[in-house]
Formats: sequence, structure tokens, C-alpha cells
Amino acid sequence: MDSMTFTIATLKEAMTMNSIFKYFHQDRHPLSKDAASHPFWVIVKKEISDHAHSWRFIFLIAIIALTCFSSVYTAIANIEKIAGAEDSEDAFFFLKLFTISDGTMPSYLVLISFLGPLLGISLGFDAINSEQNRGTLSRILSQPIHRDSILNAKFIGSLTVIGTLLFALGFVVIGIGLIVIGIPPTAEEFLRIVSFLLLGIIYVAFWLNLSILFSVRFRQPATSALSGISVWLFFILFYPMIINLIAKMIEPSATASLQQITNYNKLITGLMGVLPNDLFSVASTTLLRPSVRSLGALSTEQLYGAIAGPLPLSQSIMLVWAQVTGLIAATVICFILSYTAFMRKEIRSR
Amino acid sequence: MADWSIELADLTKRYGNFTAVDHLNLTIGKGEVFGLLGPNGAGKSTTILMLLGLTEPSSGSAHVCGINSTSHPIEVKRKVGYLPEDVGFYDDRTGFENLMYTARLNSIADKEARQRAEKLLMRVGLTDEKGKKTAAYSRGMRQRLGLADVLIKNPEVIILDEPTSGIDPTGVKEFLDLIVTLSKEEGITVLFSSHHLHQVQQVCDRVGLFVNGRLIAEGDVRTLAGKLFTGSPYLVEAGIAGSNISPEWVSALVMPMKGIESVHSGNNHWEIACSYDATADIARRIVESGASLTYLRRKEYGLDDIYYRYFEGGNDHE
Repeated sequence: MDSMTFTIATLKEAMTMNSIFKYFHQDRHPLSKDAASHPFWVIVKKEISDHAHSWRFIFLIAIIALTCFSSVYTAIANIEKIAGAEDSEDAFFFLKLFTISDGTMPSYLVLISFLGPLLGISLGFDAINSEQNRGTLSRILSQPIHRDSILNAKFIGSLTVIGTLLFALGFVVIGIGLIVIGIPPTAEEFLRIVSFLLLGIIYVAFWLNLSILFSVRFRQPATSALSGISVWLFFILFYPMIINLIAKMIEPSATASLQQITNYNKLITGLMGVLPNDLFSVASTTLLRPSVRSLGALSTEQLYGAIAGPLPLSQSIMLVWAQVTGLIAATVICFILSYTAFMRKEIRSR
Repeated sequence: MADWSIELADLTKRYGNFTAVDHLNLTIGKGEVFGLLGPNGAGKSTTILMLLGLTEPSSGSAHVCGINSTSHPIEVKRKVGYLPEDVGFYDDRTGFENLMYTARLNSIADKEARQRAEKLLMRVGLTDEKGKKTAAYSRGMRQRLGLADVLIKNPEVIILDEPTSGIDPTGVKEFLDLIVTLSKEEGITVLFSSHHLHQVQQVCDRVGLFVNGRLIAEGDVRTLAGKLFTGSPYLVEAGIAGSNISPEWVSALVMPMKGIESVHSGNNHWEIACSYDATADIARRIVESGASLTYLRRKEYGLDDIYYRYFEGGNDHE
């Protein structure tokens, strides 16, 4: 039964993706049959169709789809155990599809925060430099288009592809959930999932922009890909290690006052909080777990009299607004840097 | 002003201390084929980039069809087709698709673009290869596709930056013929940058010699020769056979004629420099003297000579 469902779901997903890409690959825009579309959208369309046809992208979809399905599979396999336990979160049963795991496979959420950067980097690392190495950049630049159109179109094109992919995967997970569990998500659950997916797109957009920046900066695609990956590894592996070291060094003694301990905790979370992946995982956990009431430490006074219960969506969003703003800011900074670098660059043939 | 396609006034580009283009003044008329001739690194490509508004001049201005390239690059690029040196195409697309992409970037409606692309592909002789991916194209084919790509926007001016580098001699000939035909038929102004003398000589109405960022001479090939070889612009080569032929004898024979400046000899081959075209007079003189004239040739200074005069032995021009 299970395997049947998965086959159907996979087929469905393949069909959606296909029709989406067909739409983008159409020679004409359906709305404007005769009039030529704006050069900017011509480039965007070409970027999207380039991505959709590249082996790189097909492999990425395969990897991401496979890991997502297996994580959803473990979530579904374990959901019965958790469903038995009555707690306040029961109302948001559906969201558990994205967050629970039995330890063998990371949850969907963790997978996106791990594979998202890879997706962003792989779609952007050769955006500009490969065009320059192929000698197409100077040819395109001599057409009557603004120079920034190229960069913007590359960004928009890749972002469209990423958005489509993430939304398609998210909806497929919802679909599988519907079929297997049989309980439809409530409107709030649905909105929470959509906002989580939007957050995921912003997160991947950050990595996309970072790798586009490297592609403007470095002449060799290999260099820019490696730079992107090393930043990713640094953020995922080394930065937390360094923070741990610092944390150990300045750890307050057992006799320290409450104030000292709070300050210490604030400092450490603050240091960790500048990481894009940390921003993403904190924000998305909050969005997908309505029971999360605060992101910092709470004192007993604050907790006193509080009734344990889920937060409404608007409050959850309020809670993570700082994280979301941080992610968007990081994305914009990368974009501005690549923008200025590209506008100043002198483009010679090859 | 309306008669000029390209106007460069005091155009200068500096990179740090290095001056790539130094106060360049140049005008190119409508429908003219102008050859920009100079060694590598003379600043030809930089000049072209400034013409297209792809890089900003340090001072001076560039106007194409009366439009300032620096302040209105988009309008300029609408009128100018640029074929960069070693042009690149999207390898995973066919030649036709590559052309269509350029057409769309120029906001040409699809139907018209399709017709134009077909016509141009026929024109450059790529009709049979239009469905092939450009990765499979040879160098010459890419260059011809590049020409079609430049022409698809119906430009008023086309700029070709070393378009023939890397093509075999037959390909070069075809390519150059194509350029000349197009220019004459459509009245397109062509700026042709090259370091190949013969090619420039073959196709260009006017030539500019470009060295170290400066235009040191300008004009058609004949005028240039006249400017550079002041005094004796003509050289007549003659072969004279006979029993008593010696340098003294030949000198005595021709030197009394007016306009003859010097006689050089070598192994029965004589080079007579003169200030006017004295070929006919020299022939008559030799035949009348009774010696047998085996051959007679008027040597015109080609770009080669001009070029070598400047770049090889030309250190005194610094």
C-alpha cells in the first residue's frame, strides 16, 4: 500500500514539474502572441530553460526529492507512535510530517536546511564566469540591454526554479500526508507550511546570491564553486566549533549570578544567530512548531501564569521576524556586492 | 555631422599609469569600410569597447550615429552590431536558436525574427547546419554565425574585432567578401580591426594605423604610402639581359631621365626608385638602348611595407 502511494506521488510530482518546465520553455509567452517580450524576460526564460535542461539540475532534483521522500517516509512511519501521546500540539498534527524523525533519517526541515545551500550554490556558481569563458557575455552585453538586466535575470531565473522546486516538493509532501494520514491540514497548518516554504526560498536565495557573487568575482567556475562550498562548510562545521570553544573559555562559574548566566547565554545565542543556517532553522522550527513560545531564555516570572498552548500564526511570525529580516538582509548584501562588482567589471571577449 | 557614422574626439582611456588610448580623433563616414590596423595591445579593442559604451573613457567622447556612447549606450547598441574577437555561442543550443535569442534581446517579434534568421543563415551559408548545436561548429562556421548574429538587428554600423583570427585562408577570403558585399548592398558602415595587413588591404576603403594608443596615420592605402615614403613613392623592378650589362651601364642609361632617384642592382634584378610613375619611360629607354628587357614590374607599396616601416624599423617614430 505504502509503496503504491509513493509511486503515485512520485509520478504526480514528475508530471507537475514537467508541465511547469514546459510552460517556461514555450517559445512564446501565452499572453503576448505577437508582441516581443521585454529583453529582461527573454533572459529570465532562457535561464530557466537552461537550468531545467541541465544534468546538474536533474541530479539535484533527484537527490533532493529522494532524501525528502525518505524523510517523509520515516515521519509517516513514526507518526502513529507520536499521535498516541495526547498533548497540546495535537491540533497541529499535520505539521509533524515536516519536523519529526526517528533518528535514522533527519526530518524534512533539517534536510532542507542542509541541502538548500547546495541547491543555491550549484545554481549560481557559474552564472557569470561561465558566460565570460564561453565568450557569450561580451556578445550579450553588446545587445541593447542594461548590464544589470543580466545579473537580475540570472537571479530571478534561478529563484523561479528554486521556488518551483521547493513548492512542488512541499505540496507533494502535503499530498502524501493527505493520502496516508487521511486528515486534511487546517487552514492555519497550510499557511504555516506555505510560510515555511517561502522562508526556505529566502534561505536558498541567500546561497544563490553568495555563489553569484563568487561567480562575478572569480574567473574560474571551479574556484567559485569551491569558495561557495567552503563558506557552507565553514558555517555548518567550523563556526559552531569555534563558538563552542569560546563558550567553554568564557563559561561562568557555578557560583555566578543569574545576571551573568543570562548575559552569557545571550552572547552565545547571539554569536550563533548570525549564521544564515541557524537563522533559517530557528525561524522554520518556530513556524512549524506552534508550541515554541520564545526563542530566548524565559525567566520563571515570565512563565508564571502562562498557559501552555500553541501560538497563532501571526504571533509565530512576529517571533521569527528578526530571523527573517536577518536572512533577507544577508541576501540583499550579497546581491548588492555582486551588483557593484559586476557593474564595474570591464568585459572583454574571453 | 549626419554624414559621420562614428566620431571619436580626444578619446582617452587610462588604466592606472598606462594609457591604452591616447587622445584619439577619428571620423568614419556612412557606408565606409574602415580598417583599424595595429599590433596586439595597441588599444584597438579598448577603443571598440568605448564605442559600444561597455567601458567609460577617461576623457573625450565617442559618438556613434550622433549618439553619445557613454551616456546613451542602449541606443548605440541598438544601432551597432559587434562581433567580438573569438565570439562565443551557447553550445547546447542550435545556431538558429542562438540567433533567435539575440533577435529576442533586440525586441524583434518572433515571426519577423524567424524570417530574418533564415535569410541570414542562408546568406552566410549555414542553412544546412542551422539545426546543429553550436558546439559542433568549426571556427569558421562560428565566425560566420557571428556575422549573422551581428546582422540580425539590422545595424547601421558593424564593428568586427579581429574577425578572421583562427580561420583558414579560404574561409578568410569568403568571410571578407561577405563583409564587403554586405557593406555595399546595405550601406552599412564597417569598422574592421585587425593586425592582418592583407585582409585590411583587401576590404577597407580607408585604413588607420594604430600604435600605442595613438592613430599615427590615416587614409587609403595609396595615400598612406605616399605619406610614408615621401620622395620616391614608386619603385620599378626590371630584369635586363645582355652581354655588357653592368650597374654603371644601367645607371648611365636611366639616371639622366627626370624623376629617377636611385638604382639598386642585384643578380640581374634592378630596382629603380622614382618620384612619378615612370614605368613606361623606363621601358622605352631600355628597349631603345638595344638591351633585352626580360620583365618590368611596377611595385606598389602595400600595407606590408607600411607596416614594417612602422613596426619593425620604426623605432625612430617614437
